[in-house]
Amino acid sequence: MSFELNYELLVGLLVLTTAAWSVAARDSYSATVGFVSYGLLLAIVWMQLQAVDVALTEVAIGSGLTGLLLLGAAARLRATERRIVARPSIALRTLAALACAGISVALAATVLSLPQPAPSLAAEALAALPATGLGNPVNGVLMAFRAFDTLLEKVVLVLSLVGVWSLAPDLGWAGRPRLLHPFADDGVLKFLARTLPPLGLLLGLHLMWNGADEPGGAFQGATVLAAMWLLVLMAGLGEAPQVRARWLRVAAVAGPATFLAVGLAGMGIAGAFLAYPESHAKALILFVEVPMMLTIALVLALLVAGPPERTEGP
Amino acid sequence: MNPTTLFGLCGAALVGIGLYGLLTDPRLLRKIIAFNLVGSGVFLLFGVVARRGADAGLGGDPVPQALVITGIVVAFSATALAVALLLRLHDAGGGATLDDGADSAGKDRSPS
Amino acid sequence: MPPTEALAAGASAGGGWLVASIAWPIIALLLVIAGGERLAARVGVLALPIGLAIAAAVALQVGGSGELVYNVGGWAPPLGIALRADGLSAAMLLVTAIVAGGSGIYALADFGPPRAGSSGRTSLAFWASLLGAWAALNLAFLGNDLFNLYVALEMLTFAAVPLVCLDGRAETLKAALRYLLYALVGSVLYLLGAVLLYGAYGTLDLGLLATVAQPGPATWAAAALMTAGLLAKTALFPLHLWLPPAHAGAPPAASAVLSALVVKGSFFIVLRLWFEALPGLGSAAAMQLIGLLGAGAILYGSALALRQTRLKLLVAYSTVAQIGYLFLVFPLAFDAASGRLAAGAALMGGLLQAVSHALAKAAMFMSAGLIAVTLGHDRIADLGGLARARPTSLLAFALAGVSLVGLPPSGGFAAKWLLLSAAVATGQWWWAVVIVLGGLLTGAYLVLVLMRALDEPTAPAAPLQPVAAWREAVPLVLALLAVFMGLAGVLP
Repeated sequence: MSFELNYELLVGLLVLTTAAWSVAARDSYSATVGFVSYGLLLAIVWMQLQAVDVALTEVAIGSGLTGLLLLGAAARLRATERRIVARPSIALRTLAALACAGISVALAATVLSLPQPAPSLAAEALAALPATGLGNPVNGVLMAFRAFDTLLEKVVLVLSLVGVWSLAPDLGWAGRPRLLHPFADDGVLKFLARTLPPLGLLLGLHLMWNGADEPGGAFQGATVLAAMWLLVLMAGLGEAPQVRARWLRVAAVAGPATFLAVGLAGMGIAGAFLAYPESHAKALILFVEVPMMLTIALVLALLVAGPPERTEGP
Repeated sequence: MNPTTLFGLCGAALVGIGLYGLLTDPRLLRKIIAFNLVGSGVFLLFGVVARRGADAGLGGDPVPQALVITGIVVAFSATALAVALLLRLHDAGGGATLDDGADSAGKDRSPS
Repeated sequence: MPPTEALAAGASAGGGWLVASIAWPIIALLLVIAGGERLAARVGVLALPIGLAIAAAVALQVGGSGELVYNVGGWAPPLGIALRADGLSAAMLLVTAIVAGGSGIYALADFGPPRAGSSGRTSLAFWASLLGAWAALNLAFLGNDLFNLYVALEMLTFAAVPLVCLDGRAETLKAALRYLLYALVGSVLYLLGAVLLYGAYGTLDLGLLATVAQPGPATWAAAALMTAGLLAKTALFPLHLWLPPAHAGAPPAASAVLSALVVKGSFFIVLRLWFEALPGLGSAAAMQLIGLLGAGAILYGSALALRQTRLKLLVAYSTVAQIGYLFLVFPLAFDAASGRLAAGAALMGGLLQAVSHALAKAAMFMSAGLIAVTLGHDRIADLGGLARARPTSLLAFALAGVSLVGLPPSGGFAAKWLLLSAAVATGQWWWAVVIVLGGLLTGAYLVLVLMRALDEPTAPAAPLQPVAAWREAVPLVLALLAVFMGLAGVLP
C-alpha cells in the first residue's frame, strides 16, 4: 500500500472511531465534543474527495454551528440526562447491532457494485457553465442549473426558523433568545469579539464574491458572518434581537424574496422561471447572492440562538 | 483498493453506526446526534459518487457536490428544530426521552 | 443545451401555472413572516382563493392538453429540474387547495388576528405552517426530480411539526418530537436511495430513470430504502406509532391539514417512484408485502379506533386505517404477466381514496373540534345530548363517516368499488375480503360514536359553549363534497 493509502486509511479509521465514540460515550457533553471532532475529520475526507466547497460547508455548518447547538443543549440537559438510567436490554441492543451491521454491509456491497465507468454530469455541467458567466461549476449548479433547489432551501431555512420561534412560551414572545452559553465575563472572548468581526465580515464577503470562480460561495460566506455575530452575542457585547422586530423579519425574507423575484422576472425576460439572460447572468446571480447571504447568516445564527425566552422589562 | 472506495465503505459504516445510536439510546439528544451521523454518512456516499464521476478535467461531478451542500444546510435546520423542541420539552417538565405517554397500545391519556 | 432550445424542447404551454402553484404559497408565506402577527391571518385568508384559482387553472390545462411539463430555468434534465402535471397531480392540487382553504377559514376563530394583549405567536405559526405545507405539497405533486422531491419532503416536515405542539404542552411536544424523528429518518433513507440511483444512472429525473433503470443491486437497494423511508413518513403500519398522538394533539384546524393532506404528500411520491420511475422493478412478492402492510393498517387501525375513549384519538386511528387502503393499490395494479405496475382501475381507486379521505377526514377533525368546544371535552362515553346541542356538526361528522365507510354515492364508495373490481379482475380475492372487513369495522366505530351522541346526556349538563354558524358550515361543506364526489364520474 502506498503512503497515500495509508494516510487515507488513518483518516477513515479516525472518522469511524470518533463517530463510534459520539454514539457510545456515556456523557452527552463528551459525545458532542466527539461529534465536533468527527466533523473536522470529515472535512479532511471531503478534501480528499476533491470537494473543497463541501469541506468548507462541513466545517462551518456541519461541525461548527451544529456543534455549538448541541454543546449548548448538552450543557442544559446534563442534570436530567444523568437521571436516565433505563436502557434497552443486552438482547435488544445485540439485535439492533446485528441489524445495523447488516444494513452497513448491504450498503457497502451496493456501493461496490456501482457501475464503472461511473455516469456523471461533469462534462455537461462544464459545457453549460459559460452561459452562466461563472467559473465554479458547483456554484453553477447551485445558482443556475438547480437554482430551484437553492431557492426552496432558503424557504426551508426560514420556515424552520419560524418553527423554532413558535416554540417560545406565549409570555416570552416579546422577548429575546437567550444565548445558550453566555460567557459575558470572559475577557479573552470579549477581546476576540471586538477584533474578529470586521475581519470576519471581509472574509465572508470575499468568500461569497470569490465563490463565483473559486471554491466558496454564499453559504460559506454566510456561515462566517453568522459565526462572527454569534461570537459577539456570546461575549455579551450585543443582544439578540426581538423576534418581533420588523427589520429582522424583512431581513429574514429578503434572500428568498429577491431570489423569487428575479426568478419570476426571468419568466418574462429570459423565457423561463429562474432563467437568466445570458449577457447579465453573472451580475444577476451576484445580485441575488448578496441578500441571500444576509438572510442565511441571520437565519443560521438565530437557529443557534433558539426561541425567545425573556420578556422585556417594564 | 483506491481511496474513494475506502471512503465509500466508511460512509456505509457511518450509516450503520448512526442507525444503531438512533435505535438504542433512549436519550433524545443522542438520537439527534445519531441522526446527524446517518445524514453525514449519506452525504459522504454522495461525495463518493461525485468523485467517481470525475470527468472533463474536474475533480468530481459538481451536481452531487452541490446537492450535499444543500443537504448539510437542511440537516442543520432539522437539528436546530429538534434541539429547540427537546429543550422546550425539558423546560415544560417532559423529561429528555420519548418514554411514557406513548399511544402505541391505544391507551387513554389523562383528560385534557 | 442552451436554455431557450431546452425550453422549446421540453416545456408545454401553460407550464407557467405549475410555477405559480408553488410560487404563490411561498409569496404568501414570505408576506406573512415579514408582515407580522397582526397581519398573518389577513394575508393568509386572502391567499386561499387565489391558490384555489391557480389549482383550477392547472386542472383545466391538464384537462385540455393532457400533461404539462416545465423545465425550471430552461435547463432540461438531467442537468436541470423538471416539473410535471398529469391528472393525478391536478386532482391532488385541487383537493389540497380546497382543504387548505377550508382549514384556513375554520381556523380564523382560533388563529385569527390576535386580540390586544395576546402575543400572536400561534397566529403567525399557524399561518406560516399552513402556507409552507401547501407550497411543499404542491411541489410534491408536481416535482419530477428526486432531490427536488426530497426538499419538498423536508419543507413539509418543518411546516407540519410545529403545528402539532402549538399549545405548548409537554404531551404534544413529545408527540411533535417523535413525529420529527420518524420524519427525519424517513427523509434520510429516501435520500440514501436517491444517492444510489444517481450513482448507478447519473440522473435524478423520474422520466429519465424510467428509460434507463435496470433491475440490479443498486436499484433494488434504492427502491427498498426509499420506500421504507416514505412509508415511515406516511405512517403505514407498522411505522404508524407517531401519528395518533401527533394528529390528536394538534389543534383541530391543524389536525385536518395533517391527516388530510400532509400524509398524502409522501404517499404521492411513493406512487410516482414506483409507477413512473421504476414500474418494472417490483416483484409480485414485494407488491404483496406492501399490500400486506396496508391490510395490517386497515384491520389494526380500525380495531384500535374501536377501543378509543376519546373522539380525536378515534379519528386519528381512523387515519391510520384509511392510509392502508392507499397501499392496496400496489398489489392490485401489478400485472403479473408483464411484471409491471400499470395505471388502471386500481390506481384510479387509490387516487379517489386519497381525495375523498382528505375531504372526509378534514370534515371529521373539524367537527370533532367543534364538538369538543361545545361540550368542553371529547370523551366518547359522555357525548350524550350532542344531537340536540350541535346537530350540524354531528351531521357533518356522520356524512364524513359515510364516505369513510364507503357508502354510495360517496367518493369513498367509488374508491373502494374500483379497488374491489381490480381485486376481482386480478383474482386477488383476499384483498377484497380485507376491503369489506375494513368497511365493516369503520362502520362499527362510527355507529358507536353516533349512538352515544344520540343518547340522552349521561352527566349533569355542563353549560354548552356556543359555536359560530359559519364555523359549522366548513366541515359540512367538505363532508358534502366527499359524499357526492362519486357522482362526478357519472355526470357528463
